[in-house]
Amino acid sequence: MLLPVPDEDGTPFWEYAARGELRVQACAAPACGRLRFPPRPCCPHCRSFDSEWRLMSGRGRIWSYVRPHPPLLPAYAAQAPYNVILVELADAPHIRLAGNLVASPDAPLDSVDPARLRIGARVQVAFTDTGGTAVPRWLLERP
Amino acid sequence: MAATLKDATAIVGIGQTAFAKRLPQSEKELACRAILAALADAGIDPSEVDAFSSYTMEETDEVEVAKAIGAGDVTFFSKIGYGGGGSCATVGHLAAAVATGQATVGVAWRSRKRGSGPRPWKNTAVQLPTPGQWTRPFGLLRPADEIGMLARRYMHEYGATRDHLFNVAMACRNRANENPAAMMYERPLTREMYMTSRMISDPLCLFDNCLETDGALACVIVSAERARDCRQRPVYVHSAAQGLPAQHHGMVNYWNDDPLSGPAWTAARHLWKQADFGPQDVDVAQIYDAFTPLIPLSLEGYGFCGRGEGAAFTEGGALEMGGRLPINTGGGGLSEAYVHGFNLINEGVKQLRGVSTAQVPDAATCLVTAGEGVPTSAILLRA
Ligand SMILES: [Zn+2]
Repeated sequence: MLLPVPDEDGTPFWEYAARGELRVQACAAPACGRLRFPPRPCCPHCRSFDSEWRLMSGRGRIWSYVRPHPPLLPAYAAQAPYNVILVELADAPHIRLAGNLVASPDAPLDSVDPARLRIGARVQVAFTDTGGTAVPRWLLERP
Repeated sequence: MAATLKDATAIVGIGQTAFAKRLPQSEKELACRAILAALADAGIDPSEVDAFSSYTMEETDEVEVAKAIGAGDVTFFSKIGYGGGGSCATVGHLAAAVATGQATVGVAWRSRKRGSGPRPWKNTAVQLPTPGQWTRPFGLLRPADEIGMLARRYMHEYGATRDHLFNVAMACRNRANENPAAMMYERPLTREMYMTSRMISDPLCLFDNCLETDGALACVIVSAERARDCRQRPVYVHSAAQGLPAQHHGMVNYWNDDPLSGPAWTAARHLWKQADFGPQDVDVAQIYDAFTPLIPLSLEGYGFCGRGEGAAFTEGGALEMGGRLPINTGGGGLSEAYVHGFNLINEGVKQLRGVSTAQVPDAATCLVTAGEGVPTSAILLRA
């Protein structure tokens, strides 16, 4: 599987993920405080360079999804067709995270019946260790 | 009065190689052959070329091309970002350079060996750092996966169906069936073939995807004044624009407030503002079709219909010959060749010269667009 290659701005996201926390970068200027994703050095609203990483509830809804079929990289072809979902966070609906809907945190990417995939379905984050890197996965709130 | 690009320059030469799954020549040789063909078409000696423009993912540099074709001293060169989003910007950059006196003869080109060469998405070392860290580990590996995600949401929000996407694939295939140079010449498509074909990234099937192609194309741009003395009927660059929307990100807009209004919307606003005519006056359009959903999204972005109406626009043969807006009259990326959209530029020129294999009668205006989803570009051509 491909592992994320974090850049300087993205590193905290993956460090918090390793602790089982879904955190999103937020502007730390007192008058602003707006969340932003993907992370970057400065706030597009007030141009402050002060930021913090705010803990999210980990709940969201499926905004859209695809089911890739081969030809694919070998590690993904082995699980195809799998799903990739785009989750809009309950705490910040304009922030969307790509991920996979799985039956349990360690289950393969094709472990959920495709008939259960639905735009608007409520999901909850979980974290999976893939080769030493924790990546967010998503579970249906009502399995 | 500020300088204007409007009709100040013209495309006076076009050239192309064969399109195939596998061509024996190198990418560099294909580039040179297409460029020399375009210059011969214009009746301009290669030693007169003093400007080049290309876009990223082009393997052959202008240094190599200029050396090989025997160009003179070059005073303008540019390489536009974002792969297929840069196709039309090459024409825009050269038009600006020629109109402002930075150069006199400009060449834009694209050469690809995508049919027989490696697929860019397999190069994980290049693709994984930002912005790929947010998508690729989860298996959004290919552009088809990323656009499939937008397509599903679009279908959900607006009631678009696979039949609408089929309308797009069918229009392009029908035009390719009329174009002997197209890879899909004499290879008709049926609704049954479409509906039963294998999925690539559900909801996108095989026929929603462009062709992997070896081939090259080029065009030549000079001032409108010079164009009057060239061999071919000039095709004027009426308006040109690029589009990188606020808060845009990489290949797709997933993190914008509104991911379904992509770079086309941004490019379109500037394109029409600079033009003497509007979408209703476009006789024929060449719309970037790496994937079928890009057509309804672009129809909306460029103002041929309202938001959410792009799918319905494809009904009733609107995109076919004689329809409301014939598109991709050479077959497009879906059925002529996928050369990162450059064949759409040359096809636009053919239409306004009156020599297309699927000629729209008396076509005098043509919109050509570059890749949607990525930072993009577009041009308006007029006869
Ligand atoms: Zn701020």
